[in-house]
Amino acid sequence: MNLRVVQVSALLIGLVFSVLLFRMFQLQVFDSDRYKRLAEENRFRIVKIPAPRGIIYDRNGIPLVENIPNFSISIVPENVNSLDVDALAELLGMQAQELQEKLLRKDRSPFVPVKLKQGLEFGEVARIEARKSDFPGLFIETEIGREYPLGKVAAHLIGYLGRIPQGQANNPDFKNLPPDAMIGQWGVEKLYDADLRGTAGERVIEVNALGRELRLIRQRAPIVGKDVHLSIDIGIQMAIEHSFGEKAGALIAMNPESGEVLALESFPSFDPNVFARGISGSEWKSLMESKKKPMLNRVLQSQYPPGSTFKIVTAIAALEEGVVDPAMRVTCTGGLSHGGRTFGCWKKGGHGAMDMHSALVHSCDVYFYEIGKRLGIDKIHKYAVAFGIGKETGLGLVKERPGLMPNTEWKREKRKSPWYLGDTFISSIGQGAVTTTPIQMAQVMAAVANEGKIYQPTLIKGDYSPIATVELKPDTVRRIRAALHDVVAGGTGKNAMSSLVPVGGKTGTVQVVGKSSGLTGEKYMDHAWFVAFAPTDRPEIALAVFVEHGGGGGAVAAPIAKAAIDAYFGPRKRSADPGILHKPVQQKQQESTGD
Amino acid sequence: MIKFDRRLIKSFDWMTFGIIVTLTLIGIMTIASATRPAIEGADRPDFYLKQIVWLCVSLCALFIIVAFDYVWLQRFAYVFYGIGLVLLLVVLVAGKTSLGAQRWISIGPLTFQPSEFFRLAFIAGFSAYLTSGVAGGLGRLTWPGVFFFAVLPMALIVKQPDLGTAILLFSLFVVLCLVKGLSRKLIAGVLVLGMIALPFFGHIFWEGLKEYQKNRLVAFLDPEVDPSGIGYQINQSKITIGSGGLVGKGYMQGTQGPLRFLPEKHTDFIFAVFAEEWGFLGSLVLMALYLMLFMRGLDTALKAKDDYGRLVAAGITAMFFVYFTVNISMTLGMMPVVGVPLPFVSYGGTALLSNFIAAGILICIRTRRFELFYPHIW
Repeated sequence: MNLRVVQVSALLIGLVFSVLLFRMFQLQVFDSDRYKRLAEENRFRIVKIPAPRGIIYDRNGIPLVENIPNFSISIVPENVNSLDVDALAELLGMQAQELQEKLLRKDRSPFVPVKLKQGLEFGEVARIEARKSDFPGLFIETEIGREYPLGKVAAHLIGYLGRIPQGQANNPDFKNLPPDAMIGQWGVEKLYDADLRGTAGERVIEVNALGRELRLIRQRAPIVGKDVHLSIDIGIQMAIEHSFGEKAGALIAMNPESGEVLALESFPSFDPNVFARGISGSEWKSLMESKKKPMLNRVLQSQYPPGSTFKIVTAIAALEEGVVDPAMRVTCTGGLSHGGRTFGCWKKGGHGAMDMHSALVHSCDVYFYEIGKRLGIDKIHKYAVAFGIGKETGLGLVKERPGLMPNTEWKREKRKSPWYLGDTFISSIGQGAVTTTPIQMAQVMAAVANEGKIYQPTLIKGDYSPIATVELKPDTVRRIRAALHDVVAGGTGKNAMSSLVPVGGKTGTVQVVGKSSGLTGEKYMDHAWFVAFAPTDRPEIALAVFVEHGGGGGAVAAPIAKAAIDAYFGPRKRSADPGILHKPVQQKQQESTGD
Repeated sequence: MIKFDRRLIKSFDWMTFGIIVTLTLIGIMTIASATRPAIEGADRPDFYLKQIVWLCVSLCALFIIVAFDYVWLQRFAYVFYGIGLVLLLVVLVAGKTSLGAQRWISIGPLTFQPSEFFRLAFIAGFSAYLTSGVAGGLGRLTWPGVFFFAVLPMALIVKQPDLGTAILLFSLFVVLCLVKGLSRKLIAGVLVLGMIALPFFGHIFWEGLKEYQKNRLVAFLDPEVDPSGIGYQINQSKITIGSGGLVGKGYMQGTQGPLRFLPEKHTDFIFAVFAEEWGFLGSLVLMALYLMLFMRGLDTALKAKDDYGRLVAAGITAMFFVYFTVNISMTLGMMPVVGVPLPFVSYGGTALLSNFIAAGILICIRTRRFELFYPHIW
């Protein structure tokens, strides 16, 4: 052993120390912040506490949705090897095989709880809770599920919840939500999601490496979502649930004095509970591909010629513009010849001499050809647009379609051809290029009922916002109302007559193919319309009913309007007259409003 | 009665003694913190108390060793070495299995790891062999020597398998040859041959490893492979050390150990717990203590009164250094996880006793460096 060996050794020792110190410096000084953060992440488990979602009520305080607590069972696999898997499987009512797979999945971290079973009910949970201590690491979590007790009724209106779409998790709208949170995907649930959702709470828990919770560091309680009080009277929608039969169609009712929507129903409908439970790919596909298009909100998204219901607009334009004396008579012989073409009346034999009142009551086409000719399309256009035809109402529930009100300019620009008188004839009776959505026709009816005021349609109770007024002479309103009253009292709309209130209305039947074509079958059947308001003296409700390929408006759509009006006025009349017994359905509703 | 020489006290190596006692006390303190319960009010495991008891036992052993000249060690070196080899055989046949490797023998309530005894026996035995003349004088290493002091013990240890001890034995073999002054060409030749043979033996060695050892090696090469699985120890150790920062979280304020994120927190990974609580500055102090220990050991080897003392002192210093380097590199994520404790600091009674005996011999060699001129005490 000489000095050199010692020197070399000392050098080696010094070298090793330098390397170790450099590494220590790197970890403890250079990258220290990163490791501090990692240590904190180790230590704390942040558990989001979902906020109970706000409840959606109808205008009478009836809840349209329910929050149902359900439970899930998780386990921290602290010591899975010593776990009696068979006994746990039996307790949870699962196959031991399935449970084993969940516990031993390769990709999971050994320190994160594994969710074993979801959607458990209270009874099951009580049974598991009692035996929890046999299975260390087992714990029960409460989740809040959404249920739609009305099923298909008002599904288009209420909507449904779904998980945050993939790839949307970073969307600022969904920040601070638990990763498996349910958010509004359709209808009111989507439109008012921000209010209904509430704010998730948070628990920061110190955990050890085995995932055992040691102590609560801090906790923030969830803030319950705001309730939404709709203007809807759910009684109307329940009353008409079966009245469309297998037909597609729509019903929209509004309060003419506020624009509050009282009923909004589109057929066919869907069961939102299917979505709330988590819809399967095939279920979704069948809904989207169904010929009847159940996911189409026909109140806002279907546009069809309004047919004879449009005669209300033509009549108002004629009276306001003074192009016709209301007492003037036009003789209907069943048709009108113009330019080598015959424009027929729906009544082949003709109506005979018709004044404005009787022409509306009997829906005489020839009379309206005449006054349409006198008005010209641009004047009809002026009034139709003032009532909101051809433009989205802005209800906001879904992407609305605008409909179309043609005029000479439109034809010149879009069709590259001049406007002909024949175009005016068919537009005057709501055929041809004129198309509307049901909500637009309800708005027309509401404006007639309230003497020309246009309100922003709204789903929220008490949310009045007038947006425009169509200046109408009192005489015009009186005459139109009287005529519409007589439509129901003795004209084409007799089927809408109610024993509770005097009803005014107008039928509409839209030809799908010419009568002479000889084609039969549902897809060639006419579309049926009915617009109505009631009571005629002081209107409280205005509505539009549309039945796709339903047949005649008076035969098919008018009875539905009557059912809706009866459902709306029935409970009021009964509460005013206690002698009449409540229907069981309504009794049930009142019970549920009690709390 | 033994006549006690006053000069013993005067020339006693207080520095080495002071360092190892300080290190052990730091260890006891850190063990207490690492094993404290995560929930207030729960019982504190008595690891640190056990370690205090073992410290007392170890101190007694140290003083006894220092009291006698180390001639006895040289005299019975082959006997010790023989016993060591037998113990290694016994552990293979009847050893207790821990983590898949057989390393332990139970004697009554005590579990005892023969490799802790064997490493000292090896130093004593191989040093005796190198100074006996059997080695063939300077620059010669006979084949029987290579067989008895390299091939045989290596085979027994690899069979267990015990990576830590294997690394130690290899290092000691090289260091003692170098110190003895054997031809560097020869040693280089053996090393080159070893390198060439490595791929062949490497395969056999890899196949002989237990699954957890293979995982540790894979995890070292790529800790991100599976952060919750095989890379877990390395990652958590780095997090523990790194989160300490410059000044540390404070004594008893570390979280990684008590919350059980860090495995082997009071044994192999005790340095991480210390570094978490005392930070980079604390780690510097600890490193300085070890540096002083090694330099003092080198100095002792240089000043030893005879060749045997020189070899043994160098061997013991090398042993401490290898354990220290492997352990710290492992906790810093610079080496695969090899189950090697940090000398004097890690929890473990028999290891502490064995280290104190080794340190006692070191102190003894230094204390008696002038005794060539005095008669032996016994």
